[in-house]
Amino acid sequence: MSELLGIYALWYREFKVFLREKSRIVSSIINPILWLFIIGGGLGASVSIAGFNYQTFIYPGVLAQVILFSSIFFGVYIVWDRKIDFLKEVLVAPISRTSTFFGKVLGGSTDTMIQTSILLAIGFFLGTFGIIPGLSLNLVSIILSLAVVFMGTIGYVSLGLTIGSQMESPEGFQLIGTFVIFPLFFLSGALFPINNLPAWMSPITMLDPITYTVDALRGIILGDNVFNLFFDLSIVAGFSLAMVLIGTYAFSRMKV
Amino acid sequence: MNVIETKNLTKKYGNGAKALLAVDSISFEVKEGEIFGLLGPNGAGKTTTLMMLTTLRQPTSGTATVNGFDIAKQQAKVRQSIGMVFQDPSSDDILTGYENLKLHGMLYGMSTDLREKRIKEVLELVDMTDRKNDLVKKYSGGMRRRLEIARGLMHHPKVLFLDEPTLGLDPQTREHIWTYIEKLVKSENTSIIITTHYMDEAEKLCDRIAIIDNGKIVVLDTPDNLKKIIGGDVVTIKTSSPNVDNAKRLDFVKKVEHMDGVVKLTVTDASRHLPEILKEIGENGIESVEVHTPTLNDVFLHYTGKEIREDSPEGGWAERMMHARTNR
Repeated sequence: MSELLGIYALWYREFKVFLREKSRIVSSIINPILWLFIIGGGLGASVSIAGFNYQTFIYPGVLAQVILFSSIFFGVYIVWDRKIDFLKEVLVAPISRTSTFFGKVLGGSTDTMIQTSILLAIGFFLGTFGIIPGLSLNLVSIILSLAVVFMGTIGYVSLGLTIGSQMESPEGFQLIGTFVIFPLFFLSGALFPINNLPAWMSPITMLDPITYTVDALRGIILGDNVFNLFFDLSIVAGFSLAMVLIGTYAFSRMKV
Repeated sequence: MNVIETKNLTKKYGNGAKALLAVDSISFEVKEGEIFGLLGPNGAGKTTTLMMLTTLRQPTSGTATVNGFDIAKQQAKVRQSIGMVFQDPSSDDILTGYENLKLHGMLYGMSTDLREKRIKEVLELVDMTDRKNDLVKKYSGGMRRRLEIARGLMHHPKVLFLDEPTLGLDPQTREHIWTYIEKLVKSENTSIIITTHYMDEAEKLCDRIAIIDNGKIVVLDTPDNLKKIIGGDVVTIKTSSPNVDNAKRLDFVKKVEHMDGVVKLTVTDASRHLPEILKEIGENGIESVEVHTPTLNDVFLHYTGKEIREDSPEGGWAERMMHARTNR
């Protein structure tokens, strides 16, 4: 019982901090909108894929981008907790390391859920008023999308926390962006279809876990998936489960 | 009853020739309701000792119990028994004071009623009730420290660890914090372990003091007994041509140290014997004379052969707070 209260405590803290850091919410919403309108709109003027306007095609990809960036960076922020010594306050409390990890994962997942909910709402209006042609979200596809987001974000928050738990200083943040987040994003099929790729690239995209989140979201939102939805969800769930286990282990070994 | 017992507690960082022995086979006991001081310069091993006793670091060898629980085998129970106020600020400055306390209460498994009651109590104890709904980043260094002391007390720990509680704070705030600490021991019978490199702090607060240098306990006793070790008043004479040998011959002079034009003598009843001392040492060339009753600083000097450094190469608490989380 007290472990559950501890998990709730950590979630409560993350949630409060998220709501107070307005700049983080604003940039987390503006950034994907820039992708959607500038990359999507610019290329969309002359490119269409699989019968969809390019802007419409990348909408699920942009959602996946939010999952990836927001989740992993949330995790790596634990380095700040260490730097400001807040981490010591938590680790000296009588809750277990596992609960500490779960509290953090839920906190980070909540952040991602809020951000993607806002984007889904924006997408709903953009589609309904025909600003992004061919994008039609309804209650069912929004709820299903959020379910996929939730399944995925847990894995990426855990990945970020695992990396962050082993990092000593925030100077490594850039490296995480360059070597983890951007490769995962670019290889995911968020920006292009993956069923017609050069031979060297195709297997790499298949190894990228976010590929299956993109595919699932594209299936739910546009009805255009490469794999079977159930297969996508199995991979997403399996990845998240593995990351949770690895993260739990990393936290148990984490030094203050 | 002892709330803390350590036996040959040792912490080594690294291996082989480069290994650093941060804490070297320390053994001591702390009694219930006692304020126990660990006094020593930065890097002496004080914080590492606390980190081991609070389960944040594993000892390399040796054992210790806190409130009867083994620090290696019963960590959850140890953590349930203790409160810790860290050297560096560890509250979240994007939360309010109240929210930080609420978070703490939940982490320690308190029910809502108990939590609210205790928050009210500790806020009153540190005089911060009227600022509880301000964000911590709006607090001064002293207020933040008081909040963290309040937080450390909130769950009524059996043992409270205070790591340099007044480092970098102004004199007035230090006095305040000392008063809170004394009040607490009286009202809650909490045992306190305090690390400090401020002599006056150790002297004012502690029932017993362990002087630590290079990871070892050099001496452990009450402040009064420690000062008795010096065996008299300390006379410091700044002079260009001292006649040290003459001074050594006087029977009321216990000890003479001479370095860089400063002669330091330990003398019984210095105020009476001062004229004689000055005569023997040679009145020509004397720049200044100073007499003081022994302080822990003299004790420290006596045992380690060096002055304790009151400045802080690690950077003061308040200074580090300024740098902490400028963005997130």
